[in-house]
Amino acid sequence: MANPIAWQLATVVAIRDETPSVRSFTLGLPGWPGHRSGQHVDVRLTAEDGYSVERSYSIASEPEREGEVDITVEQIPGGEVSPFLHEVVVVGDRFEVRGPIGGYFVWQAALGGPLLLVAGGSGVVPLMAMIRHRHRAGLEVPTRLLFSSRHADEIIFRDELDELASAEDGFEVIHTLTRSRPSGWSGYDRRIDQRMLGEVLEPLGVGARVYICGPTALVEVAANALVRLGVPPDRVRTERFGPTGT
Amino acid sequence: MLDHSDDPAIERELDGNALAGSLESLFGRDMTAVPGRCAHCGTVHMVGAMRLFMGGPGAVLRCPACDEVVLRIVETADRTYVDARGADYLVFRRSDREIA
Repeated sequence: MANPIAWQLATVVAIRDETPSVRSFTLGLPGWPGHRSGQHVDVRLTAEDGYSVERSYSIASEPEREGEVDITVEQIPGGEVSPFLHEVVVVGDRFEVRGPIGGYFVWQAALGGPLLLVAGGSGVVPLMAMIRHRHRAGLEVPTRLLFSSRHADEIIFRDELDELASAEDGFEVIHTLTRSRPSGWSGYDRRIDQRMLGEVLEPLGVGARVYICGPTALVEVAANALVRLGVPPDRVRTERFGPTGT
Repeated sequence: MLDHSDDPAIERELDGNALAGSLESLFGRDMTAVPGRCAHCGTVHMVGAMRLFMGGPGAVLRCPACDEVVLRIVETADRTYVDARGADYLVFRRSDREIA
């Protein structure tokens, strides 16, 4: 078996815009050993002078796809790696990748549910791998995604989430928009708080498995509120990253 | 460990999940699902849930309950220093699946 932590060469086989600042890259990885939803890859870029930088990106795609993974990357103005991925990389380019990485923020079918997924902005990416896995594996684990975005045009994976929810197989998505709302918006209109979490958790019950990914402030508010609502702390898994103020 | 110094995304707070690749290359196994007990407050948290700070010469993992330092990891040109005095213990499950 391939050493999962060894660096291997990935080829960019597709690039897709998700929102004005978020783009997905499909990486062809012929020796990919498979992953669990929620895991990461490390990306290493090396300049001609030998200078190299590494970043960790959550895998967005489900484990059922063989030989390739999607990473979904938000462009961070002034960053070193994300602007390169957004502005320079084209289909056919190659760079080094290692993975899959991580065993803490992971969900797979055998863990069961029900599932409460809480995302802020690009924190939805590892949760999307779980949602896609659930769908591709034909699971009917009751699952609710509470997804906080700033503006409607910044909702990542919006069309795909709507389509998955329309199957009515036990997956639901609940949006909140924290900065601006289109006219006629029927979702929540504020930052995630305990009252909102209580309403979203209620149909699942306090036995739900919870995965929260987003900016630190969102993660801490949500994790603390859910424990106060009665979810056992060891059923709440968190991953913090990304810009504040989502 | 890694050069994250001038990426504004990294100046924001992260957690042990972001260090998973470096830790796995160092320890030869996933470390994010390894529970550790904070020597300061006695609470147990998985490494992935610890707060990560990368601003100094190495990586610092802090307890999410009391904010004290649990682990420090510093790489020099030819070796890695792991300062674990902030951890009473780490618990390694002897299997490659950390999903319980």
